[in-house]
Amino acid sequence: MNALVVMKDIEKSFPGVRALHNAQLELLSGEVHALMGENGAGKSTMMKILAGIYRRDAGEILLDGKPVEINSPRQAQELGIGIIHQELNLMPHLTAAQNMFIGREPRKAAGLLLDEGKLNAQAAEIFASMHLKLDPRTLVGGLTIARQQMVEIAKALSYRSRVLIMDEPTAALNDAEINELFAIIARLKAEGVGIVYISHKMDELKRIADRVTVMRDGEYIGTVPAETTPVEKIISMMVGRALTDERPDVPDHENSEVVLAVRNLNRGTVIRDVSFSVRKGEILGFAGLMGAGRTEVARAIFGADRRDSGDIFMHGNKVDIRMPQDAVRAGIGYLSEDRKHFGLATGMDVRNNVVLASLRRFTGPGGLLKEAAMHDAASRYIDQLAIKTPSDRQEVRLLSGGNQQKIVIAKWLLRDCEVLIFDEPTRGIDVGAKNEIYKLLNALAQQGRAIIVISSELPEVLRLSHRIAVMCEGRLTGVLPGGASQEEIMHLATLRGDAANNNKHTKPAKGEAK
Amino acid sequence: MSATASTGTISIGSKFSGAHRLLAFASLIALIVVFSLASPNFMQTSNIIAILQATSVNGVLAIAATLVIITGGIDLSVGTLMTFCAVVAGVVLTFWGMPLGLGVLAAILAGAASGTLSGTFVAKLKIPPFIATLGMMLILKGLSLVISGTRPIYFNNTPGFTQISQGSLIGTVIPGLPIPNGVLILFLVAIATSFILERTILGRFTFALGSNEEAVRLSGVNTDRWKIAVYALAGSICGVAGLLIASRLNSAQPALGQGYELDAIAAVVIGGTSLSGGRGTIIGTLIGALIISVLANGLRILSVAQEWQTVVTGSIIILAVYTDILRRRRL
Repeated sequence: MNALVVMKDIEKSFPGVRALHNAQLELLSGEVHALMGENGAGKSTMMKILAGIYRRDAGEILLDGKPVEINSPRQAQELGIGIIHQELNLMPHLTAAQNMFIGREPRKAAGLLLDEGKLNAQAAEIFASMHLKLDPRTLVGGLTIARQQMVEIAKALSYRSRVLIMDEPTAALNDAEINELFAIIARLKAEGVGIVYISHKMDELKRIADRVTVMRDGEYIGTVPAETTPVEKIISMMVGRALTDERPDVPDHENSEVVLAVRNLNRGTVIRDVSFSVRKGEILGFAGLMGAGRTEVARAIFGADRRDSGDIFMHGNKVDIRMPQDAVRAGIGYLSEDRKHFGLATGMDVRNNVVLASLRRFTGPGGLLKEAAMHDAASRYIDQLAIKTPSDRQEVRLLSGGNQQKIVIAKWLLRDCEVLIFDEPTRGIDVGAKNEIYKLLNALAQQGRAIIVISSELPEVLRLSHRIAVMCEGRLTGVLPGGASQEEIMHLATLRGDAANNNKHTKPAKGEAK
Repeated sequence: MSATASTGTISIGSKFSGAHRLLAFASLIALIVVFSLASPNFMQTSNIIAILQATSVNGVLAIAATLVIITGGIDLSVGTLMTFCAVVAGVVLTFWGMPLGLGVLAAILAGAASGTLSGTFVAKLKIPPFIATLGMMLILKGLSLVISGTRPIYFNNTPGFTQISQGSLIGTVIPGLPIPNGVLILFLVAIATSFILERTILGRFTFALGSNEEAVRLSGVNTDRWKIAVYALAGSICGVAGLLIASRLNSAQPALGQGYELDAIAAVVIGGTSLSGGRGTIIGTLIGALIISVLANGLRILSVAQEWQTVVTGSIIILAVYTDILRRRRL
């Protein structure tokens, strides 16, 4: 079979960073080709070059065996290369059809008027070819993320794309929606469209990918058939070593002091009568489905959101937390799932982010900052947490997700918080760095800090937690001992309404699920 | 860690503003060279001093505006606040016959109070800075007219008031260098503000608020209080500007002031401070203010009509920001 696209010896550098070096990819027509690698491996950069968003520094791109120059997204579209970004680029106030044909709407009356009828007919035709039941006149803003993604795919197809790049398309989809997406991918594949599929989810690759190309640190590592290659092999290609999956050995905290206790926390319908406690040295996992109210509980404890009622105790003493500063003063730190928006001042350097919560400690008379002491503190944590950065003056936006997370952790360690609440601590962090974060959390617990970990990834909860609190629809439906099974967690995570109340009353304090 | 990393050099604003500052500085030099070639009158000492003197008021106002803009806000009230402070000084000195020092203090306190109010609207009531300071702009404009009785207040009873701006401390120490006090005050305000921005906790939070306010709040920092402090500092700097302009005119002109905020913001923008917050420098603003007055002065010497001068200034703003965008796009 002839290659549809060949990318050879691609080089790309950004200021201070070599993003791609000797990168390559071969895509056949009618193939789903998975592109894998840790965050920062260069997958997205590679695809942005193919889609004309970045320009390559060196190397060659062949389309149907002929060298091509792709200097703009428009040129890429004209060559039949479409990209579906992880973050969708649709205008919510326009209809599906208007979004698909934006900038090239069919006209009538000598080009003076838009031909909405023809516009909708053309969109409907493409939807039909995808076996997608969707009215072209629906406003995009009212569609689910999954449906919006379908509109994006339809838009790419309307350019008669022969190459379709999908960047983590299933990140925000549920199982049914994923099935629908995969059905469409299968149809496109049958029509000879070549699909580059970027994903972190191993099970998906097994389901839809024909071949897998692995990248690491901006370089090409290898291409293997998806079906016959074991997952462990792919992971070891990605991280450069084999990973072992460890289970926690759950220490006995029976006699440890309760550091944080929460009693009858309420907030509207999102938090209903939640009570729990965390002991010194303990890692309490919070499991639950999306929207179960776990983040809301964390934010309410931290004072980031108002709470309607409920008491918070530190070492048995009631604390009045109304604002984050009250929580921090009481010794509670919160690490948000969204580091860029809630955790870091990304335009500032490592040093200033590390000291951000403790700046007063580095302030002398007259409000003068002690830069040298700040430098020492930042450097200490750069060493201690093995943060990869050229210096403490590097802007944090230039660092990888794992290193950014470490900086947020350093910020709270420096503030010396006894209770640390981690909300999705490894979201957007690659496999290798995840392990490091896990080790760090365990080390923090061993030092005697009380740790709460909110995670949507069950394996992560199981691996870290000494006890597991499970929430459903704003209620705490049970607390399981460490090492509980996934089934027990899922049972509690789907325990709704009255059943949960009854369950709670009959449940012993330590909590064994039935 | 390298030696440069440990010295704690002043570079909180990103490297972009540094590059922009260089560009702005080069443009300033280029303008000066062009004008001095075009007219022999331009480089005369008296003309240079006139340029500096003309920069003093706008420069001080622009420094105030820079502070607020770095937090990610905007202050439209700097012009009328300046006037309000001048009128307050007039009331204290001329109507009440108080000594000079109290007048100066009153003007600066009035500025700080007004800034505190603006900051409270923004931080506590969550009114967008544009709206809050637009409201304050009109309120202060009205109040200036009310308390002055809509007439200018003259400072004839306060000998020495004109010295604030027009006297020359430097000239008495170094004869032959008659730099007016107004210019000296501009540079002192610039140095002090620069120091606060780069070396103190207030300055650090000014940048941090503009960079990511929510992250700062979730770090347990009382962001409201720091934000109000920044607006208050900006307001008291407007008080200094009020004293400068009143001293130069030997009167507080209650109808003056509106329009100054735009010149101030223009200087800030030309100087490379980002309107989206998080980066900016005082030296950049100073250069921006100088570019505006060099341009005005040079064009006047070349007999370019006043109406064309504003066209040129407007074009410079767009050009300055566009080059900044171009350079960042290349990265």
